[in-house]
Amino acid sequence: MDESVIDRAVYAELRDTTGAEFMAELVNTFIEEGPGMLAELRAARTEGNAERFRRAAHSLKSNGRTFGAVKLTTLAREFELKGLDADPARDAAGLAALEAEYARAAAELKALRDARR
Amino acid sequence: MPEDSSRVLIADDNKVNRLLLSRSVELLGHRVSLAENGRIALERLRTEPFDLLLLDIEMPELDGFAVLEQLKADPQLREMPVIVTSSVEGLDNVVRCIDLGAEDYLHKPVNQVLLKARIGASVEKKRLRDQQKAMVRRFVTSEVADDMLQSGFALGGKRIHASVLFSDIRGFTALVESQGPEETIDLLNTYYMLMFDAIGSHGGVVNQMIGDGLMALFGAPLPLDDCAGSAVAAALEMVELIVQFNHERKAVDKAAIRIGVGVATGDVVAGYTGTQHRATYTCIGDTVNLAARLEAHTKVAGCGILIDDATQRALGDNVPTQALGEVPFKGKAATVEIFAVTTGQLH
Repeated sequence: MDESVIDRAVYAELRDTTGAEFMAELVNTFIEEGPGMLAELRAARTEGNAERFRRAAHSLKSNGRTFGAVKLTTLAREFELKGLDADPARDAAGLAALEAEYARAAAELKALRDARR
Repeated sequence: MPEDSSRVLIADDNKVNRLLLSRSVELLGHRVSLAENGRIALERLRTEPFDLLLLDIEMPELDGFAVLEQLKADPQLREMPVIVTSSVEGLDNVVRCIDLGAEDYLHKPVNQVLLKARIGASVEKKRLRDQQKAMVRRFVTSEVADDMLQSGFALGGKRIHASVLFSDIRGFTALVESQGPEETIDLLNTYYMLMFDAIGSHGGVVNQMIGDGLMALFGAPLPLDDCAGSAVAAALEMVELIVQFNHERKAVDKAAIRIGVGVATGDVVAGYTGTQHRATYTCIGDTVNLAARLEAHTKVAGCGILIDDATQRALGDNVPTQALGEVPFKGKAATVEIFAVTTGQLH
């Protein structure tokens, strides 16, 4: 497991305060909702809708922070603060990086969820 | 659920956030309801009772700022405690929330210990406010309480056109002497209940009770279209209710009671009088004195309801009255033309 993807201290604290069973439910919800949030971000980019783009990035940032997904949070936050780039092509690389990081975070969270406690 | 469990509404468009916040709040022993955006949150707040709103800022349809603005503009909801839970960045956004009336701002992910403290403080503040309101309502009319809660308390009055009604029980002292104090209290409570009903149903407010006497206002603190007509209608109903009450008393071998009512109409100065520490909402002015004199004069005139000429003029032909001529009253330089409301003759 790559400890740089999910901050273990953040994850452990959340699990301890809310309970292991609930934590599994929360991780499942994030894994279910994540692809939709990424699709929303892409759709907003295609549409050129700055407000929608910022809101989708904000949602991903917020959830990333909750789980201690450090890099995912950073990438989403950049999009939230910067907004749409005048040149769509320049956002494409960032979107791809964000999607790749989401995949890593989701895999890591699944592994943590299933790990013996 | 513990006794101090509160009803908390969580408004957040993000499912993970909703789930987590709802878990955190439930772990603190409170009951949770959920709303997916600001519009749904407002709908729920308008139809169900809640003690606290946990509000996200970034939401589709209606965002948190708009929700705060609408709450502030809604007299029913303006006191709803709101804690903003958001990961929106920038101090200006936090300041904007507080300016719009939010009690507090918690950054997401919300720290459980901080959440507990903030919810506890907000709910306690609301409980104290509700308690205070309930207490105020016990001592002043709900109209005065609303007026005070909306415009704030300030000593001083304003001039308004109103009708003032005074009433008391005839021969009350003799009645008190002929029966036990418990019976007198019972009688007074029934009497007041009947009088409050008659006055309230015609838009009046009782603002003073002294022994067996009471003073009621029509047209203050809230304006009434036809204050004189309403006051006389209330007086007639009061007399009628006493007639019915006497039937009940007669059935258990008790003496009938009689009331006298005086109504005067004109300009009064209405407002709070007293000190900053202890004050009362009242009306003062010639009209008030005249209404009191008219009530006292019912004994002399031998009729149930006496009104002044201003009230009579406002009634027109709607209510039959009988002119009793001009009467000099103590404290009045000129004589006053008075009228008996004929249907109010004592039975």
